[in-house]
Amino acid sequence: MAVITYRQAIKDALAEEITRDENVFVMGEEVAQYNGAYKVTEGLWTRFGDKRLVDAPISEAGFIGLAIGSAMMGLRPVVEMMFFSFVYVAWDQAVNNASSVRYMSGGQINVPLVIRGPANGGTNVGATHSHTPENLVANFPGLKVVCPATPADAKGLMKSAIRDNDPVFVMESTVLYGEEGEVPDDEDFIIPLGKADVKRKGKDLSIIAHGRSVLMALQAAEELKEKHNIDAEVVDLRSIRPLDEETIIESVKKTGRALLVEENKPYSGVGAQISHLIQRRCFDYLDAPVHRLSAVDAPAFYSPPVEKVQLPEAPLIIRETLDMLNVKR
Amino acid sequence: MSTETQDQAAQAKNDLFAHAKAPVNQQLTAEQKIKLYTDMVRIRKFEQAALQSYQKGKMGGFLHLYIGQEATAVGTISLMDDNDHIITAYRDHGHALAVGMTMNECMAELFGKFTGCSKGKGGSMHFFAPDKRYWGGHGIVGGQTPLGLGIAFALKYKGLKGCCLTYLGDGAINQGPFHESLNLASLWDIPVVYIIENNRYSMGTSQTRSSAHPEEGLAARAEAYNMEWDKVDGSNLYEIRAKTAVAMERARNESRPMLLEIDTYRYYGHSIADANHKKYRTKEEIEDYQNNKDPISVFQQILIQEGVLDEEQVKEIDSTAKEEAKASIEFADNSPFPPAQELLTDVYWATDNPGQHNNQGRMFFNDRLPWDDEYQA
Ligand SMILES: Cc1ncc(C[n+]2csc(CCOP(=O)(O)OP(=O)(O)O)c2C)c(N)n1
Ligand SMILES: [Mg+2]
Repeated sequence: MAVITYRQAIKDALAEEITRDENVFVMGEEVAQYNGAYKVTEGLWTRFGDKRLVDAPISEAGFIGLAIGSAMMGLRPVVEMMFFSFVYVAWDQAVNNASSVRYMSGGQINVPLVIRGPANGGTNVGATHSHTPENLVANFPGLKVVCPATPADAKGLMKSAIRDNDPVFVMESTVLYGEEGEVPDDEDFIIPLGKADVKRKGKDLSIIAHGRSVLMALQAAEELKEKHNIDAEVVDLRSIRPLDEETIIESVKKTGRALLVEENKPYSGVGAQISHLIQRRCFDYLDAPVHRLSAVDAPAFYSPPVEKVQLPEAPLIIRETLDMLNVKR
Repeated sequence: MSTETQDQAAQAKNDLFAHAKAPVNQQLTAEQKIKLYTDMVRIRKFEQAALQSYQKGKMGGFLHLYIGQEATAVGTISLMDDNDHIITAYRDHGHALAVGMTMNECMAELFGKFTGCSKGKGGSMHFFAPDKRYWGGHGIVGGQTPLGLGIAFALKYKGLKGCCLTYLGDGAINQGPFHESLNLASLWDIPVVYIIENNRYSMGTSQTRSSAHPEEGLAARAEAYNMEWDKVDGSNLYEIRAKTAVAMERARNESRPMLLEIDTYRYYGHSIADANHKKYRTKEEIEDYQNNKDPISVFQQILIQEGVLDEEQVKEIDSTAKEEAKASIEFADNSPFPPAQELLTDVYWATDNPGQHNNQGRMFFNDRLPWDDEYQA
């Protein structure tokens, strides 16, 4: 197993799938000659050429719609959003067309499309550039959405997404692109969609998170153990839809407490859905109400020190955990 | 006859036959011509029957009739080869019948029946037949225009010689995604043929109240994208075929897109719910189209003058189409509604093909379904 960055893991996944299947191509703004705005596709154009790496003009509705049409014909487009925040200008294509064509045709068509790119706050780029729309996408039956937190998950989920016959949104994070981790070398290493991962075993409470919040949860869990002898289990959802409910339920039944952490806004966020699931399926096992941590419920703040406060980081997870367990801070 | 009226008559005849000598028309056999005529009549009879059923409360939602525009679908689609595809908006019944979908599956879809072309999941605006290279049936104004581009992109990617006919209304031309599509089509040499069916209105808004455009017409906007364009008289099937053939040949052989604007007219309101349609347009205007520019009458005249068709055949074609439409209503009436369980099929390929896919976990999120009788604590 090699230690590589999250960015490299995604690039490897793209390169392997482009090599494996002639119908796979990557399209987006600056993905080819410029090597990608965040260098995720660096070197791929030199390796694979114009057909497989397509530089598109700034025309998200146009090229996402194009990608859907080509997917209906059997191609496997991987569309890069420079920022996921830009998907809104193509919302009709990305969610209305991508999610409905199969249904409205009575199952005669499928759309093997991947839309991928960074969806995160925390980089001081203000409200227009800091969206995390995984909850919005998950609201559309017909769409799938995953949020990998580690290099291995990024690679395994990306390969799964590209091989999937339904539209999959892969939400990455610019903050994670430089993070390193072990990734299996096997070209057929994939992670199924809809499978959560217990990233840390514990018995006192379940911290359930996705995306960068998983790393925050792991950091918090270390400190909780060291300073307070609290043993937190960290469940990484990895996939938002489909959702691995059984892993969540098993963990909460074991620990009796659930803290849900995400960088999304609270109203109708992913945590709202998980919270409902837990009260429905683990009611008799709960020793405390389910707690949720999200971004502070306002558009993303620009000023760097304030934006840092807006997103739930490790100290906040620690504070919430101690309060849930009635431990004096 | 005075010389003046003689001249007029000669002129009218010239107009009718102005495109008869185009290669795609000249090569038509009498049989093929009668088939084209019959297809238009079938569309009209189908929709007249659908209208009656709508008024009897047999279907829900919208019903956008194509009556008055038949030559556009029939003329353009008759030029399709094996690698040519089509996609259109919600006024889609004519295109569906023209590609060879049956009246039965179309009528059943309108009735919301399980035997419908989309199993009752799409309705009037969302007919599909990918086996006939017909990719819908799209309800969002302009939303299909990038999809048509993508279909044509896929043809080019696969190295196939074909094109995608992509239809839109005169109201749809102001949508952003359409302009993005025109730019991409020209920039990347994509073999797509955009066809504006200009019936002069988008709901109650006349074309002059919705679009700024060069004097020569809506299609002239193509020049801004360095794209070829043409204007077509939608009442004359020969002209439609002649001019569309040029666009399709260019797309297939040079991989260049083209924008066509076909002047046409819908006789009914925007949809059957549009009871106001005689308020935003005059009776005289509607009658002028019905009496002088009706695409079925015009082609009938042409074929009678060519000696391909006689009054007897006209009557027979009419009554056969009427019978077919009537039978489709019977078929739709006698078909079952989809079972409620159908709600959860055709959402994901993965759930429809269990065990064949790299998916786990929960796909659908109802705690309890309407048909689950057992209460789970
Ligand atoms: C994005 C969007 N806006 C509005 C509507 C409602 N609507 C449906 S059809 C229509 C008029 C479109 O006219 P045109 O493009 O000329 O097509 P026609 O109905 O004449 O065939 C409107 C406003 C819609 N379906 N989608
Ligand atoms: Mg119109």
